Amino acid sequence: MRLAILDSGHGFGTKALFVLIRMVSRQPVLDVIKVVKYRVDFYGGPMSRVTHEAMRGPSTWSVGDRELMAAFVAKTNQSEFCIKAHSAVAQRAYGESKRVSEMLSDLDAAAIGEPLRTTLLMLGKLSRENTVDADDLRAVLAAGASPQQIEDALAVCFSFNVIGRLADAFGFSVPGPEAFETGAKYLLAHGYR
Amino acid sequence: MSDIRQTRKALATRILEGVGNASPSERRSAFNNSDLAEPVGTLVDKTARHAYKVTDEDVAAAKKSGLSEDQIFEIVVCAAIGQATRQYDTALAALEAATGME
Repeated sequence: MRLAILDSGHGFGTKALFVLIRMVSRQPVLDVIKVVKYRVDFYGGPMSRVTHEAMRGPSTWSVGDRELMAAFVAKTNQSEFCIKAHSAVAQRAYGESKRVSEMLSDLDAAAIGEPLRTTLLMLGKLSRENTVDADDLRAVLAAGASPQQIEDALAVCFSFNVIGRLADAFGFSVPGPEAFETGAKYLLAHGYR
Repeated sequence: MSDIRQTRKALATRILEGVGNASPSERRSAFNNSDLAEPVGTLVDKTARHAYKVTDEDVAAAKKSGLSEDQIFEIVVCAAIGQATRQYDTALAALEAATGME
């Protein structure tokens, strides 16, 4: 990472935790965890509460749908780390019935409902152009998404427009697929807290 | 997801008004992506508008300008959260316009 403090500036207890993670998982500690655990009171603590609520809080979107939104926002932002991380979580959440990589590469052909498809398109426009208007939202409502579902999706979009920016600005290392699979198992079991 | 507005507000309050190494005005400027001298202005603008374009040189230049790594950490976090907040608020206003909510 571009800031040495994010690699090695943690307190003793956090460094011990990283050793434990490496021993148990036999994978490197992901850079996103290093950032969340650095000066937890400034960013990691309050941000994790936002992200956990968005990704695992009450919502009629499934966990897989929300992880797909995260991966889609990351794809729009060209954030390689987050694309791989959340594609892995979405795939594990959905199971073998859906292929997340195919959905991300061709949203029009993806076997998903219209409310989710139009919501993803709106999140993509918002992430790409930094704006949407009432007509964009009317299209999502007309496709069958409820106002609450849209608000829930915007919360997911918020979190991953933050995390993706940090991944790229701080220069997260992109490890192999095994590390993301290990991360996906953890995020499905424990969430983002 | 009724708690999300409160948790987002708590996050913004913490990074902008809580204790930090960068001054509150620097953090606020990074959040708003405005009024920052170079080279920090470039780092913040890239983080906000296309973070994948941030380079090692952008971060090195910020360090060379006299900022500590902790200050850069805070400023980049504020830039990212500021941009995502503007997106979220814009979309929420559009949703309220579309549904006729106040």
